[in-house]
Amino acid sequence: MMKYVDEYRDGKIAKTLAAVIAAEVRPDSEYHFMEFCGGHTHAISRYGLEDLLPPNVRMIHGPGCPVCVLPISRIDLAIELSRRPEVTLCTYGDLMRVPGSQGSSLMKAKAEGADIRMVYSTLDAVRIAEAEPNREVVFFAIGFETTTPPTALALRFAREKGLTNFAIFCNHVLTPAAVQNILDSPDVKELGNVRIDGFVGPAHVSTVIGAGAFRVFAREFKKPVVVAGFEPLDVMQSILMLIRQVNDGRHEVENQYIRAVTEDGNAKAQAAIAEFFELRDSFEWRGLGEVPNSALRLRPQFANFDAEKRFDLVTKPAKDNPACECGAILRGVKRPRDCKLFGTVCTPDNPMGSCMVSSEGACAAHWTYGRFREKAARQEAAE
Amino acid sequence: MRITEVLPNEMARVTLDGVSKTVSTALLDDVAVGDYIVLHVGYALAKIDPEEAERTLEMLVMAGVG
Repeated sequence: MMKYVDEYRDGKIAKTLAAVIAAEVRPDSEYHFMEFCGGHTHAISRYGLEDLLPPNVRMIHGPGCPVCVLPISRIDLAIELSRRPEVTLCTYGDLMRVPGSQGSSLMKAKAEGADIRMVYSTLDAVRIAEAEPNREVVFFAIGFETTTPPTALALRFAREKGLTNFAIFCNHVLTPAAVQNILDSPDVKELGNVRIDGFVGPAHVSTVIGAGAFRVFAREFKKPVVVAGFEPLDVMQSILMLIRQVNDGRHEVENQYIRAVTEDGNAKAQAAIAEFFELRDSFEWRGLGEVPNSALRLRPQFANFDAEKRFDLVTKPAKDNPACECGAILRGVKRPRDCKLFGTVCTPDNPMGSCMVSSEGACAAHWTYGRFREKAARQEAAE
Repeated sequence: MRITEVLPNEMARVTLDGVSKTVSTALLDDVAVGDYIVLHVGYALAKIDPEEAERTLEMLVMAGVG
């Protein structure tokens, strides 16, 4: 028995919630909800939650998978960095197979001799720098507000220890900016938009930034947001809360994950972010293009920790595989099965696009869980 | 994830379903053995509030009744 886990996976309660949802949706209405966060995408696929929802409730997978939204040009820079003989590049494991330009990846660079090491925690990267003073240790820092405080603490730790051979390659991005961009950006409008009636708000991100961080957004765009936990019952309950808001014509921020998320979030984590980081004017996201004020960089006084400055990294334009639909999938405009590469040349063993790399990516989730349900549904229909 | 031991330097030993590991609690204010935490890339991001957890469960169970 896993406390605070198993009880939120109870199949009987899930079915009851499904019945309540079915009774409350208006048959003549369509409900399109985007789950922003990759953890929710994974949970929805893994537990087959879409099968429990009425056909007029559609879940759209959003761009909240940190590996998936990292543009190819940044992967290229990380690979370039790792090929410098003096550099040891430390990275979270799920970045290893993300495709860069011309079929490159960190995995391939490592096989060719680059010193790339997978770490579980930012503290591991600092320990490597401490143990190997002759190496220039660079941590490949990526992710949303959940991974930024750990990067900040690593920097604090490195500063306390007086390490001069530790730096980060900063790619941290901000959730509210991306959610706003999906509804607001001219870039996205041009590429095609998708109707969204409400958002399932992120779980872990909200523990850091607080449910209140979404209030301006809900008001400005008149869209309901329900911050949801990661377990299947959390997601089902949140969908019910969204349906009720839509039916009532409300657009509020509600907090279903109240056991872990507060209104204001984690002040200590926010202070750690603010100590080291400031806003970038603009940052490229895979699928969303350039998004203003959507990412962080190191403050100028920490230039000695900034790999982009220390190693004079210059971003070179890079193109995704033209047949890869990751961009449209990340905006919720297309589904994995709409992509020609899905399941043919692009699989988790040999990913062409970033959405197939991480278990939180829409394509990987559909490959692992969704396609079997589709097949079963087809067989059932044929019989 | 439940804290089973509070260690020096803002670290703690945690366990889930028989698997245990050492994580950083530097982002939390005060932690104690028995606290449940939300863990992300080796760092505790939040504590689970047992009363709110209980209330959410009650609401879930009530969904079928109400």
